[in-house]
Amino acid sequence: MNKTWNNKAWFLVLPAFIVVAFSAIIPLMTVVNYSVQDTFGNNEFFWAGTEWFKEILDSDRFWSSLGRNLMFSFIILVIEIPLGIFIALNMPRRGIGVPICLVTMAMPLLVPWNVVGTIWQLLCRSDIGLLGYALARIGIQFSYASDPLHAWITVVAMDVWHWTSLVVLLSYAGLVSIPDAYYQAARIDGASRLSVFRYIQLPKMKRVLLIAFLLRFMDSFMIYTEPFVATGGGPGTSTTFLSIDLVKMAIGQFDLGPAAAMSLIYFLIILLLSWIFYTVMTSSDAET
Amino acid sequence: MATQQSPSPAAATSVAHVKREGPKFSWIVPLVYIVFLMIPIYWLVVISFKSNFEVMNSFSIIPQDPTLRNYKVILTDSSWYLGYVNSITYVLMNMVISLLIALPAAYAFSRYRFVGDKHLFFWLLTNRMAPPAVFALPFFQLYSAFGLIDTHIAVALAHCLFNLPLAIWILEGFMSGIPKEIDETAYIDGYSFPKFFIKIFIPMIASGIGVAAFFCFMFSWVELLIARTLTTTSAKPISAIMTRTVSATGMDWGVLAAAGALTLIPGVLVIWFVRNYIAKGFALGRV
Repeated sequence: MNKTWNNKAWFLVLPAFIVVAFSAIIPLMTVVNYSVQDTFGNNEFFWAGTEWFKEILDSDRFWSSLGRNLMFSFIILVIEIPLGIFIALNMPRRGIGVPICLVTMAMPLLVPWNVVGTIWQLLCRSDIGLLGYALARIGIQFSYASDPLHAWITVVAMDVWHWTSLVVLLSYAGLVSIPDAYYQAARIDGASRLSVFRYIQLPKMKRVLLIAFLLRFMDSFMIYTEPFVATGGGPGTSTTFLSIDLVKMAIGQFDLGPAAAMSLIYFLIILLLSWIFYTVMTSSDAET
Repeated sequence: MATQQSPSPAAATSVAHVKREGPKFSWIVPLVYIVFLMIPIYWLVVISFKSNFEVMNSFSIIPQDPTLRNYKVILTDSSWYLGYVNSITYVLMNMVISLLIALPAAYAFSRYRFVGDKHLFFWLLTNRMAPPAVFALPFFQLYSAFGLIDTHIAVALAHCLFNLPLAIWILEGFMSGIPKEIDETAYIDGYSFPKFFIKIFIPMIASGIGVAAFFCFMFSWVELLIARTLTTTSAKPISAIMTRTVSATGMDWGVLAAAGALTLIPGVLVIWFVRNYIAKGFALGRV
């Protein structure tokens, strides 16, 4: 749509700008402030320069949290995106099945994040959990509290349970927007199921899949509540992701300087990645 | 002629074959997925109807001795049930604030170009991407400075950080689907901007508003970290009460499960209201 140039539109945007600025810029400046100062309590602050940034960038703790978080994001994207597309392709397009599918599939998305953690704790504990108990009965001692691999399986399964529906609903929205004429044309050409998917469905889903990819990557990159409740970041630090580490440092140990420096580095990584995604998305918007 | 016609019936039968095969087996996939989704929820509900003795000492797929004790604990103790009231209060406040502010902003983004529009839009979006963990501590200090700690409005405003950009994004998607000629015709007919916006434009994007409201509800309802940081007692959300109270005297699994099960209800209700728009809504109005 060609838009008119009108700077008075700023008045319409102004309230949103003020509210977000209040909630974003002031706290961000507080973080910047802390990141360059040292404190010994009593609200006395000393200039520390880039000391905290060096400390964070030199610490194994930060890099291993970052590594674990990237690993986690990678695993859940590899599972959730193809799985979501596959389920969406097989969903009914009309009839009573549609609202049933949509409503039940959207349910996990509306569960408070700490309740997601609780649900999976209740499911996986070997003493009271359905899954843990069933596995114990067939001879597998499943313990997410002591075995790092089991903890990872639990956290990944939990995220797949929680968020695959988002990919499903997005892909489904893309699929139902394809006009029937496309499929009829494919039938006349005798296209196979695979080529229908490759040349009709996938291109039509491209935009929504980009949104799905973006949202899933961002949210998994800042995941906090679910693993915090389910595994507490343990055993050891095996499921301590960036946000968990950050909260531990800022509120648990009250190391304001390093925590603030880490916040900024963390935020810059996210900013850079969202900028890349945003550029890709808007350029694909311009194409279509 | 005959040679030309012969492939088409063959193709038609094979298409019919594919068509029959498709619906025949494809329903299994969503079914298996839904079962996978429902098992953990089912188990939560089952535990919520068991006594703690039964939870710890026996194992059964359905409660042997169903009890309502866990729900009674929550619904008779004000420190429990007020958690639900608090959560709903700030979620609704956030929804109203986000929508009221997002509507004009989204209109501006969908209809006009202005200085810094693209940068502003991107900057708003980055706030959707900002990790709440980064903001938890500075939020606490900011809202303490304004004396807003432990009030509903503090949480509602803080949640605007990620809900407002999202609402603008969704509404902008829906508004861009409405041809600009409608605006122009209305202005020619002598409508002023506010009158046009309220009387004509808002009814046209009603489904988009519903979807945006749903998303504001959803992300405010599920968020814990910021809500917990900004509240102490009188505005504490149910999710924070769950993490605090339960571990006091050993694990009261039954009450924990019942509290969890009750948090599912508002979610199911709002999904039901927007079920027809949910797919398009998740695509943020951009299909």
